[in-house]
Amino acid sequence: MNRAAVAVAAALLAAVPLALSSYHVGLVTKMLIFAIFAMSLNLVLGYAGLPSLGHAAYFGVAAYAVALVTLRVSDNFWIGFGAGLAAAALTSALFGLLALRAQGSYLLMITLALAQVLWGIAFGWRSLTGGDDGLPGIMRPGPGLPWSLGTGTAFYYFVLVVFALATGALSIVVRSPFGRALVGIRESARRMEVLGYDVWLHTYVAFVLAGTLAGVAGALFVYYNGFVSPAYVSIVFSAMALIMVILGGAGTLFGPALGSAAIVFLENGISAYTERWLLVLGLIYVAVTLFAPTGLVGVLRRVRRWA
Amino acid sequence: MTFWTIQVLNGVSFGMLLFLLAAGLSLIFGLMRILNLAHGSFYILGAYIGLSVGRVTGSLVVGAVAAIALVTLLGVLMERFVLRRVPAEELPQALLTFGVLLVVGDLSLWIWGGTPQTLPKPELLTGSMRAGDIVFPTYRLFVIAVGVVVGLALWAFQEATKAGAMIRAAIDDAEIARATGVNVSWLSTAVFGLGAALAALGGIIGGPFVGVYPGADFEILLLAFVVVIVGGLGSLKGALVGGLLVGLLDTFGKALFPGLAMFTIFAPMALILAIRPTGLFGAR
Repeated sequence: MNRAAVAVAAALLAAVPLALSSYHVGLVTKMLIFAIFAMSLNLVLGYAGLPSLGHAAYFGVAAYAVALVTLRVSDNFWIGFGAGLAAAALTSALFGLLALRAQGSYLLMITLALAQVLWGIAFGWRSLTGGDDGLPGIMRPGPGLPWSLGTGTAFYYFVLVVFALATGALSIVVRSPFGRALVGIRESARRMEVLGYDVWLHTYVAFVLAGTLAGVAGALFVYYNGFVSPAYVSIVFSAMALIMVILGGAGTLFGPALGSAAIVFLENGISAYTERWLLVLGLIYVAVTLFAPTGLVGVLRRVRRWA
Repeated sequence: MTFWTIQVLNGVSFGMLLFLLAAGLSLIFGLMRILNLAHGSFYILGAYIGLSVGRVTGSLVVGAVAAIALVTLLGVLMERFVLRRVPAEELPQALLTFGVLLVVGDLSLWIWGGTPQTLPKPELLTGSMRAGDIVFPTYRLFVIAVGVVVGLALWAFQEATKAGAMIRAAIDDAEIARATGVNVSWLSTAVFGLGAALAALGGIIGGPFVGVYPGADFEILLLAFVVVIVGGLGSLKGALVGGLLVGLLDTFGKALFPGLAMFTIFAPMALILAIRPTGLFGAR
């Protein structure tokens, strides 16, 4: 995307609370949060070429950490948010050590299995996590911040700022020598090894960065929803991030944000008419892999070539 | 003493059930390099169809045969008409089969409802057997017997038949196998169907003691994954050893440390991974 398109998108996003109802502002807020989640997965999947079926682990662990700290320790925003990020960073640092020993299908299975351990804890350790019921009653942050984020509009602008910061940071990372090296590893890990790059270290750092950024999204989502449940760490959330990345376009900076907007929009629209959202979501997975394997960004590029 | 024997028996029988699933997953992966997430769907469909057909016809055997036949057909159709159309890379295949898992899971919830159900046991297998002081539930012994028979049949099929030799050749090097006249295309379809049939059989024999409910597809799939991670993908021996190991760990974990059951499975998995990333019997 060129600068003009980014400027237009930024202006449109900034104008959302002026033009849309509070319900739709909430919907766009959710799109932005999932965009951060999908972009974080894209760093490992799209740039480093490492598929993961357990990315919700870091999203969910941050969400639980924010919820627990806010409810039991302090309602200060920085303490809660910091705990969430630390939890996501530590979890991805630990899981990365185990998962990155494997490749391809093994990597998919191992990331899934590790995330399921957290799901098991979230589901089984009732006294800590509330089990299936989850932890309700988390207020939108105020203490510690110059403004309260209690209103939908204030929270929207806060999420938008975080989204902009995350996008900016990611665009710097993927253009840096480190990001270029990741793409090199995706294309040929062996060649990068021969060129003297520490392949493992590069992928490990990307893995932990991605996990931490997923934690940012998870923390925001707890504030957005006001509660956390085992669904946040489930394979459905992990696979949702995957389809957002693929649908939008893996390895492109803005593709995952487009994918997130599309999936959240569809979920919202379809859930209004039928309880069979998971059925439709499953069909979306099948349709995307069959008919749009390069995602929306790929389709747009093809259209532009014809025009 | 009785506690331990019963737990071992429960663990081995659950392990045999996992073996049925892992063997199919492993064969499919070995030949086609596909990680089939829809394997959990084949399992619950086996149980649900067996249950419904069994109820309508009044015969468990008819139910079982119908379930295995229908699920095999579904597997064959899925391989021929859907899986073939995506590129042979792990991620598109995983997403596609995950889509099927969601669709089948939600359709099953629609058709069979959300209440957990158990399949009835055949009359003959409802009692228990006595050896000295120890009483074994007959059904658990039956499950172990089914596992042993299937394991032996699969082994004999792979080692002693021409089709088995062709599968081994195609697993080793599909291109060379093709060049020597092996029809790898139909072989893949057949193996996918066989894997689906084994998963459906798992659903039927697991139905009476594990039950079938929304989410059972994920749960059994996850355990089957742990089995193949531990045992190694593409190896029948790995599926058997991994299945028994995970079955025993799961059973003893639940009996001894109810709150930590997940860890008794996943901690050894992590340990094995750290030492051998391709599992105990997996090819490097």
